[in-house]
Amino acid sequence: MTGQEYAFAVLALVGTVSAIRLVTAKNVVHAALYLVVTLSVVGGVYLLLAAEFVGWVQILIYVGAIVILFLFGLMLTRAPIGREALDNQQRGIAFLIGLGVLGGLVFLIQGAFSWSGPRLRPSVGTTAELGQSLFRQWVLPFEAVSFLLLAALIGAVVLSRRDDRP
Amino acid sequence: MIRLPLVLFFSAALFSTGVYGVLARRNAVLVLMSIELMLNAVNVNLVAFSQFWHDVTGQVFALFVIAVAAAEVGIGLAIVILIYRNRETINVDEVNLLKW
Repeated sequence: MTGQEYAFAVLALVGTVSAIRLVTAKNVVHAALYLVVTLSVVGGVYLLLAAEFVGWVQILIYVGAIVILFLFGLMLTRAPIGREALDNQQRGIAFLIGLGVLGGLVFLIQGAFSWSGPRLRPSVGTTAELGQSLFRQWVLPFEAVSFLLLAALIGAVVLSRRDDRP
Repeated sequence: MIRLPLVLFFSAALFSTGVYGVLARRNAVLVLMSIELMLNAVNVNLVAFSQFWHDVTGQVFALFVIAVAAAEVGIGLAIVILIYRNRETINVDEVNLLKW
């Protein structure tokens, strides 16, 4: 194993544990904080894979904006404490389905690539390359996404504003 | 030089954790968090295969996924707050207005 793989193993372990804590937490605010850890770890994985632009976008958008949005959502609604209040009755079935999904994915992955599978040689991912690709090849989808964001923003404002007039 | 299957296994673990969270949670905000977990797992796969094929398109698509996820969270939380204002609860199993 190389040094990068050790670093990745540590990150993956932290990320998986905090993801599991996220879905089993008894307190919604703790769940949001575990989400911060998981998202930061995923950002670290991007940086380890030399995808620097996506890594920093992950930190900025997810950790910076989306988690804050979640915390506001938690503050504006009632947040009960305890697993019975936060989980439904199908926890056992959900666990089985999650385990089945994990088993199926692991089976497929190790069938497609052997355990000592191909090594990644990160070569692309600088901001310049991403910008070239984004604005030369994918400029139309980019505009579509920006339009979608605008529509979502207006929709969120319209939905959540209190209309006192009859 | 990270082995590709390691990254894929990490992503599979994140995704199945998200599946469990979506199915087991009844608080709508926690369901949305679990959906974010699954979207992140997909993004990890996209970036890993982008480096595998030495093609930057996968990372561009990951950026699109991040943007759409941000839009989804904004709309989702607006709907959750609206439901809370009307029904005093955000438990997804108690919001059955459209269920016959």
